[in-house]
Amino acid sequence: MPLDLLANVIIAGVLTGLVYGLMALGLSVIFGVVRVVNFAHGEMMTIAMYAAVLLFGAFRLDPFLAVLPVAAAFFAFGYALQAGLINPFITRPEHSQFILMVAVAIIMVNGLLIGFGPDARNVQTDYQLESIEIGKLLVDKARLYAAVVALAASALLFAFFRFASAGKAIRACADNHLGALVVGLRVKHLYALTFGLGSACVAIAGCMMILLVDVTPNLGPAYTLLAFVIVIVGGLGSMAGALLGGVLIGVSEALAGLLITPSAKSMFSFGLLILVLLFRPQGLLGRKA
Amino acid sequence: MNRRNFNKAVAATGVASALAPFGILRAQSRTLKVGVLLPRTGVQGFIGQSCQKGADLAPGLLKEMFGVDIQLMNADTETNIDTARTRAERLIQEGANVLVGPFDSGAAAAIAQVAEQRGVPFVINIAAAPQITEQGYKFTFRNFPTSVDLVTNGLALMRDLFQATATAPRTAVFMHVNDTFGQANAKAIGAILPRLNYLPFKLVDTISYDPAAKDLTVEVSKAKATGADFLLLVCRLNDSIILRREMVKQRWNPMGIISPGSPGMYEEQFYKTLGKLSEYCITNVPWYNPKAELTRRIEKAFDARNPKDKLMFHALNVGYTFEALMIAADAFRRAKTAAPKELAEAIRKTDIQSRMMLGGPLRFNAKGQVEGNASACVQNLGLKPMVVLPAATAQAKPVFPTPDYKRA
Repeated sequence: MPLDLLANVIIAGVLTGLVYGLMALGLSVIFGVVRVVNFAHGEMMTIAMYAAVLLFGAFRLDPFLAVLPVAAAFFAFGYALQAGLINPFITRPEHSQFILMVAVAIIMVNGLLIGFGPDARNVQTDYQLESIEIGKLLVDKARLYAAVVALAASALLFAFFRFASAGKAIRACADNHLGALVVGLRVKHLYALTFGLGSACVAIAGCMMILLVDVTPNLGPAYTLLAFVIVIVGGLGSMAGALLGGVLIGVSEALAGLLITPSAKSMFSFGLLILVLLFRPQGLLGRKA
Repeated sequence: MNRRNFNKAVAATGVASALAPFGILRAQSRTLKVGVLLPRTGVQGFIGQSCQKGADLAPGLLKEMFGVDIQLMNADTETNIDTARTRAERLIQEGANVLVGPFDSGAAAAIAQVAEQRGVPFVINIAAAPQITEQGYKFTFRNFPTSVDLVTNGLALMRDLFQATATAPRTAVFMHVNDTFGQANAKAIGAILPRLNYLPFKLVDTISYDPAAKDLTVEVSKAKATGADFLLLVCRLNDSIILRREMVKQRWNPMGIISPGSPGMYEEQFYKTLGKLSEYCITNVPWYNPKAELTRRIEKAFDARNPKDKLMFHALNVGYTFEALMIAADAFRRAKTAAPKELAEAIRKTDIQSRMMLGGPLRFNAKGQVEGNASACVQNLGLKPMVVLPAATAQAKPVFPTPDYKRA
């Protein structure tokens, strides 16, 4: 097998994996703090992709610039969703939370179908069909830019949780819910803030993803599943784990497609998931409960 | 009321009651309820909607042609085989006399099972997997070539293409979707191609992929690495768009892309989404006869109903869907009843000469299959599908090898 082919495929896998990682990061952050599994995660990304399509259609706004308004809107939406709808369910049994989030997901998919119809939509930018040639390597420009944005957004989120006082307060909530209440932290507000941040992450991932794939209303469930696979492989609640999981899934799918058969790509990501569940159930970078 | 009047009233009521079932039967027979199953959402949503345009024309045109009333009962299969099966069951429960659809081999196989179990005729508009009409079904009929016929016709047209353009590519890489349709085509190519001595190329690799794939980077990398002269492609719509884009990104410019008979590259959405990148793609596919009388009638009705669309971009989907409904309506007219057994028997005896699609008259063989549907070599030229072969019906000359996309 030619090495340049192998290298090209691995690079594409890493770059796509980083965008996957950013998407899964939102899920991981929300679960890590709020302890609610967002079953509407992929659907939220689909909405962000449609938002990018709308902004591109109406104002010719490049998806890289659309990141700012879409992420801001999603932050507000996520905050409102947590504060208005999910907070009352925090103390309820897990199956109630599950049904709630599945209902939200179904409403989103059907809302998109009503609003946009079933056809695939995309954006057409100048650089989308271009590649950067480095020797025998060909790097897809859009994929490279998307990966850089995903890395930058992840770095910002890491910095927020490490250095900002609100970030530290959120981590305190995640570590010790009762302790956070005792010291007077506004836990429900912090939960909503976390959900808003997770939603903003998924919005940025959606704006990047529209450069790589066409969007249809039914895309959501597949990405929700993918996000779950990534966070379980990386470690549920671990931010670095989500990025690592994304890259691992991206590369393993690419290599499986190249070395075995493209039809079996998904089989390998699920195979990886089973291996992790068997030998390291907390995920690669997750902490034991 | 005296005793005599009372007796007359009772007798009249009795006679009316006795005749009522016949009245109901007559009322039922005046309208044929057709359950139309199409993938109007999901991966094949665009094509399903394109087929629906053909179904929507049918009630008005068939009333004019045969004097029968058609009531459409539309159902969305959501590009899902299980949903197709469930919707077929439901349409029958709701009183459908005949089923039509579903633009997908997997869904067609599932619906055929339901139709057989419930004894309701099923006329397939588009689906190529041979096994559908190899099961000895009594209520399933198909007016579309099987994969074997599709591939045989498609490869023969490839020979004509190479002769017409004085080219002789030595190698091809074969990429195909891995759904029922794609697998059936791959099997047919694997069986037929080695037996042909008139084609100059051999397959250097076969790559299958998921028709719902969102990314074909690896697949295209693999195909490019073979260094094949051209790409032999059995695709659907969405994947063909993704694949074409990926070829441009990876700067892969083979002599051309040729489909031996699959949807995708002649669909309106392909042109709309890809613009100039859609140019020169070739599909050898069952096509319509633009000069046929029925085509003119259909085109007139189509234009009136879809002022923003052009029939040429929907011709295959509209043509075969309309013909499926025409077969049902013609049988209903001859059978004079919507009773399923009589209707199925009348469909079996179909003999329609005037049609929109290329090929011989509409007649079913013992297996319920129309034979003799013909293909044309259709190339994307000037952002529209143009017949380039056979020469007798050609609208333009074929271009092969195709220019680099930057010069397209």
